[in-house]
Amino acid sequence: MKLRLLAAALAATVVLPFGIANAADLEVTHWWTSGGEAAAVAELAKAFDATGNKWVDGAIAGSGGTARPIMVSRITGGDPMGATQFNHGRQAEELVQSGLMRDLTDIATKESWKDIVKPSSLLDSCTIDGKIYCAPVNIHSWQWLWLSNAAFKTAGVDVPKNWDEFVAAAPALEKAGIVPLAVGGQPWQSAGAFDVLMVAIAGKDVFNKVFGDKDEEAAAGPEIAKVFKAADDARKMSKGSNVQDWNQATNLVITGKAGGQIMGDWAQGEFQLAGQKAGTDYTCLPGLGVNEIISTGGDAFYFPLLKDEEKSKAQEVLASTLLNPATQVAFNLKKGSLPVRGDVDLAAANDCMKKGLEILAKGNVIQGTDQLLSADSQKQKEDLFSEFFASSMTPEDAQKRFAEIIASAD
Amino acid sequence: MTGQANAGRPNQLLRNLHSKIASIPMILTAVVIFLGGTLWTVFYSFTNSKLLPRLSFVGLDQYERLWAAPRWLISIQNLAIYGVFSLIFSLVIGFLLAALMDQKIRFENAFRTIFLYPFALSFIVTGLVWQWILNPEFGVQSVVRSLGWSSFTFDPLYNSNIVIYGILIAALWQGTGLVMCLMLAGLRGIDEDIWKAARVDGIPMWKTYVLIIIPMMRAVFITTLVIIASGIVRVYDLVVAQTSGGPGISSEVPAKYVYDYMFQAQNLGQGFAASTMMLITVAIIIVPWAYLEFGGRKRG
Repeated sequence: MKLRLLAAALAATVVLPFGIANAADLEVTHWWTSGGEAAAVAELAKAFDATGNKWVDGAIAGSGGTARPIMVSRITGGDPMGATQFNHGRQAEELVQSGLMRDLTDIATKESWKDIVKPSSLLDSCTIDGKIYCAPVNIHSWQWLWLSNAAFKTAGVDVPKNWDEFVAAAPALEKAGIVPLAVGGQPWQSAGAFDVLMVAIAGKDVFNKVFGDKDEEAAAGPEIAKVFKAADDARKMSKGSNVQDWNQATNLVITGKAGGQIMGDWAQGEFQLAGQKAGTDYTCLPGLGVNEIISTGGDAFYFPLLKDEEKSKAQEVLASTLLNPATQVAFNLKKGSLPVRGDVDLAAANDCMKKGLEILAKGNVIQGTDQLLSADSQKQKEDLFSEFFASSMTPEDAQKRFAEIIASAD
Repeated sequence: MTGQANAGRPNQLLRNLHSKIASIPMILTAVVIFLGGTLWTVFYSFTNSKLLPRLSFVGLDQYERLWAAPRWLISIQNLAIYGVFSLIFSLVIGFLLAALMDQKIRFENAFRTIFLYPFALSFIVTGLVWQWILNPEFGVQSVVRSLGWSSFTFDPLYNSNIVIYGILIAALWQGTGLVMCLMLAGLRGIDEDIWKAARVDGIPMWKTYVLIIIPMMRAVFITTLVIIASGIVRVYDLVVAQTSGGPGISSEVPAKYVYDYMFQAQNLGQGFAASTMMLITVAIIIVPWAYLEFGGRKRG
């Protein structure tokens, strides 16, 4: 009896204020926890709070690999949050198919997302059976090589302009006690670095053939053999970078303890936070300076189906806030990523972001691996490359296993 | 127990009725949750369930893929190395410590507390502490180097060949205290007269331990063995905290494979197949032992 009374009283105190203000607390889960990322997410929270609702931050530390299982089990377990980050693509595919996520088509048509979101492949990745299920917030591309100008100065060599020059400069860096290439121990980092090498060395068509068409023969072919050769170089150059997280590896580059890092443009947020300037303190080479192509993966927010009407309304408000031009600029400048709308003014963008925007405008884009491969195939790939980078497995053996993964990929 | 004497010939079913009623919830829990959950898992391991369970059977495909996966084979190998060494070392060290404690030393309470203290820490904390201690840049290696041996190298967590031993060290540090306490309790349960008799017969102390005391402590050893073994099979958090399976995949363990494939790879079928294999491994060890221990010859 007492308990029920107490529960009723509690419920009343919770419901009452919301009823009056017509606003709601919305828990938003994401894995943006490094310095630059946290600064960016604070911009989203500020914009959402300004609408009268309240952003309840549910940051989950330890990268997407740790965070996604928690998010998925909360949604499937009947304790959904108000909104959650995923890399758009196939990570939330099954959640949508089993009807756990909210259909955003109405609001998307009302605000004509189809016209403002560029490139359109971003919205395609949110679309399942003709309905839109997520709000893309940024474009992240993997294909960047970040170089520390200070490290090359110490070693007495010029800052490289492409991957081959970088490989050639490695011995000089090593002599100066600098790790040439920083690669963190988390599996997704080595797998991602390989994908970047593939685009740069084998080109766009081979990339699409292998990951898009899952062509086993191409994966076992001579083009990919060259990529494995380059991965072998990368492995030798990464010896001694004993760090785990990607931002720790970026920090090695920022402090000049490492020559460079292959990492997505989210690394830029870290350089910015450390007060470094593109061009003078660090150099960025899109497509490793070889093939200037970037992938257009990124982050998107998905909204689980909620019973609470107030919260459902707040979800709509959040969805439109995320794509608001002002929010897009504020968020993406801090995050180091590119905005999803083609019509916003990014005058404040730094040199590296401008390079990215240029490539985007030229249309030299590919789909990200998260959009092309299932989480299962991605995991198998991560297992292979984390083993490859930490062991002395020959490139030939690794390629054979890679081809097997592609053969069974879905 | 009470009332049994004056009830004459009680119906077997109604004996200790109260305790039987009281244990119904536990029996239900065991049957529905443990057994039911186990059967459900085994059943779905023959399907190609991805993020959510679904009934589309693929026969033994998940098992074929599992046993072809290099990561699973490494996991099994690591578990074997970790299991054998952790069993031997925690029993030997635990017993030696207990025997030393049993020599009526001073400050026994203080020592006991010190040795048992690591057990109060979770595996995550233990893992992080040892990650720092074994880190070449701030841990043991840098301390020894700063003392003058500048070529000293001790970085088990960054060397694929020996990383599992780095994890073993942390596990032993955490677990031997408990083994020591169990052994000490066993030693204290041995009658003083037996020691006196052995001394009168002039049997040396080590011989008394090996030939008389240890055989008398059989029950304690079995309890300890079960506790250690269950800890070995489920080792997961220690690895996550210390190395997250690295470098590469060289310190992966089966429990981590199950978790990663069920949740990160969103492939429940593969995760279930792996957990079924873990169950079978345990069954292969436990069943013959249980048969020898409880079946066959009925004692007492």
